[in-house]
Amino acid sequence: MEKHDRKPESNIFASVWRFLRRCLFLVLSLGPMPNHIAFIMDGNRRYAKRRNAEEGSGHGVGFTTLTSICQYCYEMGVKYVTVYAFSIDNFKRKPEEVQSLMDLMKEKIDELLEEESIVQKYGFRINFWGSLDLLSEPVRLVAEKAMTHTANNTGPVLSVCMAYTSTNEIMRAIKKSCARKSSRPQGYVNCDGESVCADINSYVTVADVEENLDTADCPDPDIVIRTSGETRLSNFLLWQTSLSHLQNPSPLWPEFSLRNLIWAILEYQKIYPYLEARRRLTKKEN
Amino acid sequence: MRAEFRVAAPIRRTSLSACRSLLRTLFRNPSFVIIYSAIISDGFGWRYHLGLDPPSTEIPVPRDFEVDTGFLLVFAASDGQSHAYGLDKLNSLAVVVDSEEAKNTTKIKQLLCWLSSIGIKYIILYDMQGVLKQTIGIDLESLTNTSMTPCSVIDAKTASSLFHFGKMAIEIISLSDGKEGVAKAASFLYSEHMKDDSEICHRSEPDFTESDVANALKATGSAGDEPDLLLVYGPARCHLGFPAWRLRYTEIVHMGRLRSMNFAAILYVCQVIR
Repeated sequence: MEKHDRKPESNIFASVWRFLRRCLFLVLSLGPMPNHIAFIMDGNRRYAKRRNAEEGSGHGVGFTTLTSICQYCYEMGVKYVTVYAFSIDNFKRKPEEVQSLMDLMKEKIDELLEEESIVQKYGFRINFWGSLDLLSEPVRLVAEKAMTHTANNTGPVLSVCMAYTSTNEIMRAIKKSCARKSSRPQGYVNCDGESVCADINSYVTVADVEENLDTADCPDPDIVIRTSGETRLSNFLLWQTSLSHLQNPSPLWPEFSLRNLIWAILEYQKIYPYLEARRRLTKKEN
Repeated sequence: MRAEFRVAAPIRRTSLSACRSLLRTLFRNPSFVIIYSAIISDGFGWRYHLGLDPPSTEIPVPRDFEVDTGFLLVFAASDGQSHAYGLDKLNSLAVVVDSEEAKNTTKIKQLLCWLSSIGIKYIILYDMQGVLKQTIGIDLESLTNTSMTPCSVIDAKTASSLFHFGKMAIEIISLSDGKEGVAKAASFLYSEHMKDDSEICHRSEPDFTESDVANALKATGSAGDEPDLLLVYGPARCHLGFPAWRLRYTEIVHMGRLRSMNFAAILYVCQVIR
């Protein structure tokens, strides 16, 4: 999102690089392409520490990486990108760090809504998933503004998980399911005119929970990438990732580049037949 | 390597003690554990004669009996071995196996042997289609006389597929214990919520917390230990629907295909992750 005018030489280089990328993505698309990639953006603090930089600077570089990756995903035809920006567990960090992260999030969301941003350029629709009421009011308001502004966009979907954990999401889905069931009582009325509920185990079904998750409008991720080599999912999309290819490349998030993304997709293409067979089997059994 | 012992009936204590010494020797040496896969006599009879219960008089056992020895190693193996390998902090470990590969019960039992030999106290076996419940589960059920009937809300304290071998426990779960378990817990919470509200017409929105959901999962028999480490055996690194509530901070490691599993790799992963 550069605001100054580019030199003609850099425009030429940019065009050549864009052309080369297009050729590369064309070759890549000969194999099965993922529809939805989720990222756990791990390693921002370690990145800053390794470079002896200021503590919050890693997150700034991480945001630049995010915009680049979103652009590459758009060019490759990946329709859904989800990122784990801030976990509910992260509120346990030092208050100063949490506040600086909130300020950074507000600043970056505002940047995303600017004219020259990739969101406007490519028509991204932005979702914010999580318990947004836990966020500070300025961040919550700007997040809601971003969702409203981009609600009618028809381009790729960028979902940002903030104040999110999977168990919290499941709990909220159960609450919503129960609230909906309450408004339309299940069961039948017996001879005495009393309302008798049906079998206790079928009050709330798997489908009920799924339609009330934050991710209800989104297909399950095909790939989940956690950078910096960590092997945990850290309470991220646990319900939705049954048949997702879990990858944990070594580079830290700010170091994650196009090369790493292409490698991730090649790895996915290798095991795609297996995942597809499992998906068909699961659908058949359901 | 497979060693097959055939003992004439009735079993004499002298021949049993010779076999027992051989087993203990094999068991103490980790390299033997790697290659060891033996078939010996009826599990219940051996259990007595390995000194785990007071030895009785000669127990008549039919000729040409064969049962996997893996569970006997579980008995003898789990004392003190975790300390020897520096794995005291690794309390529970889960194994996710692709359902096609899970049909190879010999490999699964060998894996259980290895895990017990390094002192893992709690092992969770998982596959999507429930193949392990139908194979390993049935074997464990007959060995331990534990019922595998699914637990209801009423008798929720009875574990659905949890088997105890001395200090080790083996739990076998499948996809139905994951999302469906959460749906059952949700139904339980809903029924409790309906009981609390006095008027049907004015239902308030339920005020559940994550603790309530966790308690409901316990009440409906869908809760369990969160494994520290999850080993995935199959073509790809996927958790294949392992219960979400038990996977929050678990380290997930892809071990490759079950047919090419090896003890050194498991030990290495356990020691790195601990």
